[in-house]
Amino acid sequence: MPYVHRRFPYRSPPGLTAPEPRHPVVIVGAGPVGLALALDLARRGQRVTVLDDNDVVSVGSRAICWSKRSLEILDRLGVGERCLAKGVTWKVGRTFHRDTQVFEFDLLPEAGHKMPAFVNLQQYYVEEYLAEAALASPLIELRFRNRVEGLAVGEDHVRLGVGTPEGPYAIEADWLVACDGARSPVRRMLGLEFAGELFEERFLIADIEMKADFPAERRFWFEPTFHPGQSALLHKQPDDIWRIDLQLGWDADPEAEKRPERVIPRIERMVGHRDFRLDWVSVYTFQCRRLARFVHGRVIFAGDSAHVVSPFGARGGNGGLEDAAGLGWRLAAVLSGRAEAAILAAYDRERTFAADENILNSSRATRFISPAPGAERLFRDAVLALAAEADFARPMVNSGRLSRPCVYPLGAPDDPRLPPAARPGAVAPDAPQGNGWLTEALGMEATLLAIGAEPPATGLRTLRAEINAAVADRYLGQSDRALYLVRPDQVIAARWVAAGAAEVEAAAQALWREPA
Amino acid sequence: MTLITRPNLPDADGFLAELQAAHRGLAEAESAALNARLVLILANHVGSRAALSEALALAVRTGARGPSAPSRSPEDT
Ligand SMILES: Cc1cc2nc3c(=O)[nH]c(=O)nc-3n(C[C@H](O)[C@H](O)[C@H](O)COP(=O)(O)OP(=O)(O)OC[C@H]3O[C@@H](n4cnc5c(N)ncnc54)[C@H](O)[C@@H]3O)c2cc1C
Repeated sequence: MPYVHRRFPYRSPPGLTAPEPRHPVVIVGAGPVGLALALDLARRGQRVTVLDDNDVVSVGSRAICWSKRSLEILDRLGVGERCLAKGVTWKVGRTFHRDTQVFEFDLLPEAGHKMPAFVNLQQYYVEEYLAEAALASPLIELRFRNRVEGLAVGEDHVRLGVGTPEGPYAIEADWLVACDGARSPVRRMLGLEFAGELFEERFLIADIEMKADFPAERRFWFEPTFHPGQSALLHKQPDDIWRIDLQLGWDADPEAEKRPERVIPRIERMVGHRDFRLDWVSVYTFQCRRLARFVHGRVIFAGDSAHVVSPFGARGGNGGLEDAAGLGWRLAAVLSGRAEAAILAAYDRERTFAADENILNSSRATRFISPAPGAERLFRDAVLALAAEADFARPMVNSGRLSRPCVYPLGAPDDPRLPPAARPGAVAPDAPQGNGWLTEALGMEATLLAIGAEPPATGLRTLRAEINAAVADRYLGQSDRALYLVRPDQVIAARWVAAGAAEVEAAAQALWREPA
Repeated sequence: MTLITRPNLPDADGFLAELQAAHRGLAEAESAALNARLVLILANHVGSRAALSEALALAVRTGARGPSAPSRSPEDT
């Protein structure tokens, strides 16, 4: 059954009839990133207004693969379990050259995590769950069919011109977060450069509905006999929907390639029959670009407005949700007066660093899939030829390095005796705790996690971890005790084998203060 | 310097002859492909990223043409 796009209600904004009081924060764009940020801010007690030019969730085939980190972020926002229940869980990927398997990966070989390595779930479901949670929040005002058309940036506020079905109005905000997607009108109105590269390649992306018992794995082919000389990808989604990517070459005519009489035979060659329904077809070219800076005075960029990547590795939406997690607690602290606006520089620093890592990985994969003629192609083909026989070449076969959160370079207190998985800058690894999970227990506040150690008396929220094999492995290593300071975004801020209250408090205060 | 640039290969004449023999009769594209595979195999055997970067730089440098091409770079001295 095709997904039914329900229309969200449009309500006359008060600004149409009388000037509105200044809003503390306005988010432009109710895609996954804008909605996740709105929920994150609301969970931290902040009032937020979201403007979106549309009134339906994402149409067509876009994001499907949601990473463990994204699921953990979504879980804190109240929709992780829904995504997990509806999504197709997978962790194994297989890559073929011609018709032989050359590479296989298992993304989460160990147990003891609430969330799997990945679930596949159509972007429209993720947006639907987020939008429902946002509509249920008394602190979030979602304004559908409100298109931002003008922007004037002041020293301490932003003034927006907004178009609605009933005409235009204006509002002011102390802070504006642009989550308005890859073509970001806000970015354009500010005249900001979006530097990077376009890959001269076209991909047919199709969602088809069919009954099939292929396993829930990611399957990628280089030069398969069913699609000679090009690459192909197959992914399972819920509702008997399958995602198919077929590389077409730069010379392909995108309009002609979208026609069912062209698409259906291509897919028939791949799946071996015609017993399927086309759910959505599109032809994409991909780019890797980013803004030089994500914070421009009172305007902050997050998600695709700040950076875009080619989808091999699923780093677009996942990277955007990580932006929301990295921004929410800091912006909430600025809004509540707990921290100075200067701490937003840390958001910029961390997320531009992450965007570079995502762009690096996505561009390498895209180049491997679609090498330039000449030496690039020569070495790509050399890797594929060797992979059939030589072990060393197999991990060099690159059909996408799947999204993982980067480790922020923090330069924070650390102890080399503790295991690298939980080093400062990394996301706190999950582990079972009682009947639940560590990620649940950590919640949304800065937390001092005491493991086999008596926590020093600080003003911080303190959690004593139950020690089990997963905790020992991920947090203790050779040590029998440790103290971890975990940030409100569940990134590890600092850690010690032993520390006094003053050391811990100094590290905690540094979270809310940008060094001069 | 991690890269060994002093003579280190026993029977160097023999190796060069074997390499040339492997390419005999190959079209230019096949030769290039053979070399590409060989580079990857050897790179894995070397296993040192630093040595490989130095090897790459040496290969690039010694291929540079024209009177302005430097014959020595700072790393050499
Ligand atoms: C084929 C394909 C496959 C992909 N696969 C994956 C994947 O597997 N995993 C993954 O993580 N990512 C994937 N991505 C990327 C993912 O879709 C994007 O990164 C993600 O949608 C970005 O979310 P966003 O909220 O930043 O922007 P968007 O989802 O683009 O949302 C922007 C919102 O802003 C609104 N808007 C725009 N202009 C205005 C305006 N002037 N006024 C008001 N509102 C406005 C839009 O209506 C929209 O609702 C894929 C993308 C493609 C194209």
